[in-house]
Amino acid sequence: MSRIEPQPSSLPVASDENSVLRVLDREGRANPSTDPKLDRALMLRIYRGLVRTRVVDERLTALQRQGRIGFHVGCLGEEAAIIGSTAALRDQDWIFSCYREWGAALYRGLPMQTYIDNMYGNATDVALGRQMPDHITARAQRFGSVTAPIGTQITQAVGFAMAAKIRREDLVTATYFGDGATSSNDFHAGLTFAGAYKAPTLFLLRNNGWAISVPTESQCGADTFAEKGRGYGVTAMRCDGNDALAVYACTKKALAHATSGKGPVLVELLTYRLGPHSTSDDPSVYRPESEVEEERRRDPLLVLRRHLTHPSSNGAAWTDADEQSLREEVAAEVQACVKKAEATPKPALSTMFEQVFAEQPQHLREQQAECEDGPRYKGHH
Amino acid sequence: MAMMTMVQAINDGLKVAMRADDRVVAMGEDVGKLGGVFRVTAGLQKEFGVDRVMDTPLSETGILGTAIGMALYGLRPVPEIQFADFIYPAVDQLISEASKYRYRSGGEFTCPMVVRVPSGGGIRGGHYHSQSPEALFIHTAGLKVVCPATPYDAKGLLLSAIRDDDPVLFFEPKRVYRAAKMDVPEGDYTVPLSDAKVVREGTDVTVVSWGAMLYESVAAAEEAQAQGVSAEVIDLRTLWPVDADTVVESVKKTGRLVIVHEAPKACGFGAELIAQICEKAFYHLQAPPRRVTGFDTPFPYTHENEYLPLAHRIVPALLDTARVS
Repeated sequence: MSRIEPQPSSLPVASDENSVLRVLDREGRANPSTDPKLDRALMLRIYRGLVRTRVVDERLTALQRQGRIGFHVGCLGEEAAIIGSTAALRDQDWIFSCYREWGAALYRGLPMQTYIDNMYGNATDVALGRQMPDHITARAQRFGSVTAPIGTQITQAVGFAMAAKIRREDLVTATYFGDGATSSNDFHAGLTFAGAYKAPTLFLLRNNGWAISVPTESQCGADTFAEKGRGYGVTAMRCDGNDALAVYACTKKALAHATSGKGPVLVELLTYRLGPHSTSDDPSVYRPESEVEEERRRDPLLVLRRHLTHPSSNGAAWTDADEQSLREEVAAEVQACVKKAEATPKPALSTMFEQVFAEQPQHLREQQAECEDGPRYKGHH
Repeated sequence: MAMMTMVQAINDGLKVAMRADDRVVAMGEDVGKLGGVFRVTAGLQKEFGVDRVMDTPLSETGILGTAIGMALYGLRPVPEIQFADFIYPAVDQLISEASKYRYRSGGEFTCPMVVRVPSGGGIRGGHYHSQSPEALFIHTAGLKVVCPATPYDAKGLLLSAIRDDDPVLFFEPKRVYRAAKMDVPEGDYTVPLSDAKVVREGTDVTVVSWGAMLYESVAAAEEAQAQGVSAEVIDLRTLWPVDADTVVESVKKTGRLVIVHEAPKACGFGAELIAQICEKAFYHLQAPPRRVTGFDTPFPYTHENEYLPLAHRIVPALLDTARVS
């Protein structure tokens, strides 16, 4: 199994089922036969989404290094795979993600303050400080509650789509996961059920090269992850996950398949995790910096920016000033939210005992009283 | 009223729930065309169609994972796990997901579903068709655990569970699936969750049990009566959240406590019950609390009637406990 190879300068669209859909070449020119031909406004919206995700990521990593937040899972290098695919979904479609796709929730309109409050687990955090940072919940954005066990959201996304199908509602569920999750029980169970019921689910597989420290070639005996889908009767496609336009085009194609009643689609998004698995990880132990340097040349932000500024691209060019002003705007937005989140108190102690059930049972009333009437934690001795 | 076995009563309860609420769907291995290996879902697919009564692939992870997805959507799924012994592949979905959805999402998402789980021994099923794993799920915050003993309670508790807004594990004691027949109302009624029932009044010792072992506890109480010991028998009906008050009240009266359950002794639910009674009614106890339970061995095939806490093992525990002075 190989990671994404350097792109050829000419872009034949092979019909081979393991072929990789690409749109942009090295100079930023779009291949007319695969170009989704987005209008300038949408393309800029996607690009702004990539930059916003990147800047938020950098800020949060810095905050974690300063000890101001406990943890962060970044998506450095995978922004196009995440934002490009989310941009292709319809408003009514639901997202069931793992912990790396918070950028998709922000793209869909999750307020930055709500996201940052989650990083702090404070009184205005939707989950009231019950979950780690980046384990968000965003119902208004049709974005499920994030969990840490690998793959469990895959099966749930299939069940949600089955339910919608039973109720004749026109919606698709899109579930994100990494290459590592293709080894999980739930990948098997989810694809088995999706295949059997023709559930309208898109399996958005970010093949970022690494399951924490284990490279793709050590995880899987198949030639591609896409092949894993076909055995379940799940149509599979592959695309250049660092090319936002290719991701968009491929997701649109998958969506058309699922909404026409033909059933689920697995989309293998070929990308690369430029950063650590999370702020708790040290990739220098298991991969050479030279590999990462090589991959940085295919940074998805650079790939799309080259297109935005290429003479063949219609509309006004994206200038350095535009770029700088966008980055400053996002950094200021994050900064303001951080300031507010840091000034917000912890959730009330009582919230620890609430919402375990719809109604609080007797044993939790007793335990809450015991805790509230008992001594408070005052730090380690 | 109609005379019904527990199988018929649960089947009737499912029909009542599905007729009243089109969000209720049944699913599981062989539950559709076959009507379940125990026939609990017989006739449902014919009445409600394949969309609402689904034969699923053979994957417990898939059954409960997709059921959770359906619950998140707004349906009220009632998945069946064919035997409790096969629930383990789906435990991640129960423990990591269903139990935590409301809490971890600040109430944005909830997971109302009823997982029907035929459980317990006494059908010559060996290790893999006999276990009673209720304690694992009681230990997991966020799950409700129910185990009826009678056809009437089975239907009434099932209807309460389906209308409850939290995930419920509904353990069905298959040893008494067809053993007991009784009058069951044909229409809609509920038995409230977390409401234990004193099924036999007594003054000398309190026996707490549930599921199939309730019948053994009552039989043992009758035998003890003949030997001059008056036992009060409590059917917990809902194991979690537990109705501790009913047990406390009884122990305050009798001063003595015997817990009977099929599951292994170590960390079985009896351990928690005794701990709670010690915390809440210690000074009313006149004898050490006793447990009559399955042993801490895998469930055996040939000797299952020696492994199970049947009446012959309960009677001496009642007499001994009542006679401690």
